[in-house]
Amino acid sequence: MAEGSKKRAEVIDPDEDSPNMIVYRKIEDIVTRIQDEKAGGVAIRTVKSFLSKIPSVASGADIVQWLMKNLSIEDPAEAIHLGSLIAAHGYIFPIYDHVLMLKDDGTLYRFQENLARLQRAFARKWEFIFMQAEAQVKIDRKKDKAERKILDSQERAFWDVHRPVPGCVNTTEMDIRKCRREKNPHRVKKSVYGLPDDNHSQPNPIHMSSQPARKPTKEDVQKEITFLNIQLDRHCLKVSKVADSLMGYTEQFMDYDPFVSPTEPSNPWVSDDSSFWDLEASRDPSQQRVKKWGFSLEEALKDTAGREQFLRFLESEFSSENLRFWLAVQDLKRRPLQEVASRAQEIWQEFLAEGAPSSINLDSHSYERTSHNLKDPGRYSFEDAQEHIFTLMKSDSYARFLRSNVYQDLLFARKKQQPADPEQGRRTSLEKFTRSVGKSLTGKRLTGLMQSS
Amino acid sequence: MCDQTFVAATFGPCESCDKASPLMNIYIKTEAINYCSFCVEKMACQGLQAGESLASLKRESESLKKKLDEERNKLNDVELNKVAEKVEVLSALAIKTRRVLKGHNNKVLNMDWCKDKRRMVSSSQEHGVSLPCTWVMACAYAPSGCAVACGGLDNRCSVFPLSMDPNENLAAKRKAVAMHTNYVSGCTFTNSDMQLLTSSGDGTCALWDVESGQLLQSFHGHTADVLSLDLAPSETGNTFVSGGCDKKANVWDMRSGQNIQSFESHQSDINCVKYYPSGDAFASASDDGTCRFYDLRADREVAVYEKDSVIFGASSVDFSLSGRLLFAGYNDYTINVWDVLKGSRVAALFGHENRISRVRVSPDGTALCSASWDNTLRVWA
Repeated sequence: MAEGSKKRAEVIDPDEDSPNMIVYRKIEDIVTRIQDEKAGGVAIRTVKSFLSKIPSVASGADIVQWLMKNLSIEDPAEAIHLGSLIAAHGYIFPIYDHVLMLKDDGTLYRFQENLARLQRAFARKWEFIFMQAEAQVKIDRKKDKAERKILDSQERAFWDVHRPVPGCVNTTEMDIRKCRREKNPHRVKKSVYGLPDDNHSQPNPIHMSSQPARKPTKEDVQKEITFLNIQLDRHCLKVSKVADSLMGYTEQFMDYDPFVSPTEPSNPWVSDDSSFWDLEASRDPSQQRVKKWGFSLEEALKDTAGREQFLRFLESEFSSENLRFWLAVQDLKRRPLQEVASRAQEIWQEFLAEGAPSSINLDSHSYERTSHNLKDPGRYSFEDAQEHIFTLMKSDSYARFLRSNVYQDLLFARKKQQPADPEQGRRTSLEKFTRSVGKSLTGKRLTGLMQSS
Repeated sequence: MCDQTFVAATFGPCESCDKASPLMNIYIKTEAINYCSFCVEKMACQGLQAGESLASLKRESESLKKKLDEERNKLNDVELNKVAEKVEVLSALAIKTRRVLKGHNNKVLNMDWCKDKRRMVSSSQEHGVSLPCTWVMACAYAPSGCAVACGGLDNRCSVFPLSMDPNENLAAKRKAVAMHTNYVSGCTFTNSDMQLLTSSGDGTCALWDVESGQLLQSFHGHTADVLSLDLAPSETGNTFVSGGCDKKANVWDMRSGQNIQSFESHQSDINCVKYYPSGDAFASASDDGTCRFYDLRADREVAVYEKDSVIFGASSVDFSLSGRLLFAGYNDYTINVWDVLKGSRVAALFGHENRISRVRVSPDGTALCSASWDNTLRVWA
């Protein structure tokens, strides 16, 4: 069966898509291109040194140049960093040093040859050594000094990767979560001669069984079909529209982003002056912070001070039950499981039952649904009602809040400007503010719902 | 229907129930079906006609996928970076290391900021010195600042209350909350100290009641390890996104456990997912060396952050407060800072001497913290 043979082919190379192989392939691609002199690669020459010839080397500077040109790198430091990583993984190595890093000068480097690379990727050290030994025997027969030099240096470089010089990064270390997908992950770490590995070995953790990819069953495919049908029914927006929305949001908040706009006062991490944090923690919100409350009802409610002000405003209008209901439902969702049922009943009694003290106005449909949910109360019993109330607040009371004197005064920091100037309007904003606070104290009690986060 | 008995000629996994058994080679409308005898009986009893076999279901699924792709492509009228050409270019960022935190003896695998913007918790590969928990890969601060959750290779996630008293034995107060059948890769509190959301190498995510340790909801759909999750930032939202080794990023409804949306465009494991501050989009970091940006309303990928010189996997991402910048930590020891709208890289932060395992912007957006396999944490601003 055609399908069967395809599966067999997949089994042969399960590592093809593993994270490390992806990087190795990219590096191999780069290193192949670097060595391809005809296609603009670096010059690999035999260099004459004082007493002998050094075969098959390229200079660090040439390699750095190539990387900058062919990988669109503007900063030489970045090219050196990338080159050093390629070296640390063993693909190029300095012929005179054990420290695998790239230098942007005349230091000479050699490329690790193909066979060794493949061997490392499959982490079969013993086979590699065997092949090296075989090759060595052949070389000895030929007695070709240059070839032997090359092979010796490559072998040495191989070990520099697997047993790095102290202070150097061991690039063969792997993310433990990905280990079980690599072939022989832990045998990599153990030395060929059976000696215990050094500090980088990770004992095989419990329950680390490999999970072969499950073949999809009929149920899986049926679920997939249901899912796809739901997706097809979904109403989606055009990219142009979402792009505008994303840009708009970012634009609105850029003034509040310390990485983009300088903060007033200075960023404590930069200046070591924590006034910025003291100001944020104080009860007096800055004008900029008050401005944020105007972006959306969500933003206003996110900020503790904003929430407080909105609640006070509503109490001054004797219409705080909506917000208190919303806050109560938010709190319900955060309760421990065993408290949920009783708390849900309490909320029903307070806000929705007949003759409730803080009766809220729900449309009959939501009311029916909620009443039905309460038969088996859970943390999401009031979702419908909460959404409805939120929309109501957004269009009605929130809009009025933004137009209110209380909010406007805070926004324009008016209360600080007119303490001793009674000629400016018959009532000062401070007086008005005090009035609204006074009203809220005589109004409905503030239940313990306003827990600071 | 099939009312003849054929002699079973092959043995293998049944295409219906997946069990290895002698298979009956049946043809329905010239289509070969290999079911075990039990499933053949079942099929006959249920009166299923052709079109319900696995192969035809697969075909239906394929055609639906194609149709979905076509529909979505119709909405792809312009590229985000094209629209963003009119946005002002950012002035050069002057981000530097402001603190280097040395206290771990081994790789730092994770960290999280406290809501007070100044404290953080970090976890490492060693036997925890300050927290009696080994092999910790996931850690999170409780919103109240009074507790910390951590989990990892022990397949559990536990909550520890924090105490100012250095002599207090925290091990005694530990509360084991989550229990998975494989390592715990990520955890987060859901806006309260009372619920914990976890992701695991067992391919699932789960929502737990901290007090009782009870499982409130489980989320099934990933076909490989789930490596990361993030809660939607909205006060009224009930969704979260997860990313895993199946290269998929899934959006879930916490109330029902349903997978709402799914995105698959990466070419390798997704190591990290993070919501854009408005909650309408999210970014992902992958072993394929790219970070990607997905919009939930357009239901598609809208940007890819990649460069020829960036070949190592990205392990972690986070947005700056406004969502204009995306910080991404990579396995090549660097942090790249991307302009989310324009798609270009605006800065590269060097300093760490080994892989970056996690990057997190502080809650008030004033700083970025990075955790690394070089045993240190750095704070950048």
